[in-house]
Amino acid sequence: MSEVSQREPDPAAPRRPWLRLLPLLLAMAIGAFLFVGLGLKPKEIPSALIGKAVPAFDLPALPERPPGLKSADLQGQVSLVNVFASWCLSCRVEHPLFMNLKALDVVPVHGLNYKDEPQAALAWLDRYGDPYQRIGADRKGRVGIDWGVYGVPETFLINAQGRIACKHIGPVSDSDLQDKLLPAIEALRQGKEPKC
Amino acid sequence: MLRASLVALALILLAPSAWAVAVDKPLADPALEARARAIHKQLRCLVCQNQSIEDSNADLARDLRLLVRERIAAGDSDAAAIGYIVERYGDWVLLKPPVKGGTVMLWLAPLLFLALAVLLTVLWYRGRQAQPATAATATPLDDDEQARLRKLLDGDER
Repeated sequence: MSEVSQREPDPAAPRRPWLRLLPLLLAMAIGAFLFVGLGLKPKEIPSALIGKAVPAFDLPALPERPPGLKSADLQGQVSLVNVFASWCLSCRVEHPLFMNLKALDVVPVHGLNYKDEPQAALAWLDRYGDPYQRIGADRKGRVGIDWGVYGVPETFLINAQGRIACKHIGPVSDSDLQDKLLPAIEALRQGKEPKC
Repeated sequence: MLRASLVALALILLAPSAWAVAVDKPLADPALEARARAIHKQLRCLVCQNQSIEDSNADLARDLRLLVRERIAAGDSDAAAIGYIVERYGDWVLLKPPVKGGTVMLWLAPLLFLALAVLLTVLWYRGRQAQPATAATATPLDDDEQARLRKLLDGDER
């Protein structure tokens, strides 16, 4: 019956012309959702600690590699805390970047050695270089849990008041550093809200 | 010889369960252990993401199971133990997210889609009922068309 009305179109009353656009509109809506989905990173869980003071902790140093790391050490200046381990492969990927930060004296970087064998950690630092000012050895991973660590490597940006300003999950790439971390550090130093 | 092999067999058979206990030691009090296990089932493993920490083999899941047991043994209520984890990892660790500002859509969306489906179904049925009326007002066939139709119906054409 609809064919009859199509073969004899009545220009005065077209039957629901929007219905013909419906598939296109639906496809566009679904496409928009999928497109946004491409950019999402569901593996990256937003930290619950942004804007909060760093958890209270006091970790010992690695043997014969003082000093250790405690909450009070993160007061007074903008700093980075890098969660790393010798068993963590992607930590090696980001490691040269932290060596660079140290060489250029951009920002103090502290290490949180997560669930690692102290000897293995020391050997790792010997081999790839030691960019850290202080290293806290979190052998049981309890401090890591307090920081909401769930995948090593992770990197926290701490403001001068000892509050967690940003968290980066996974290895820091060069573009992460240039586009995200360095501008955020600059913003913090000027007393502005960092975007990250 | 036979006795030695039997002992060896027994040791081999016993080993896995002994190992499991060493890895994940239940609380001595069964009531507390049951509460801890119930909480484990509500918490999402952060590494594998779609498993609860009860089901996950990940290292972190084991650490979190242990932590929940500790909190329960220390006298925490269920809510306090769950809150302890949420403080550190956010609402994301809850397999059942709480109803609040950001999650309202999550809870309402199924109802909205159901309402939309009902609405569309009703509209569609109404449209179908309205169609005979449309057909009645359609232009009647003219004489030529009537003749062709009659031929077709009689099977004369071709």
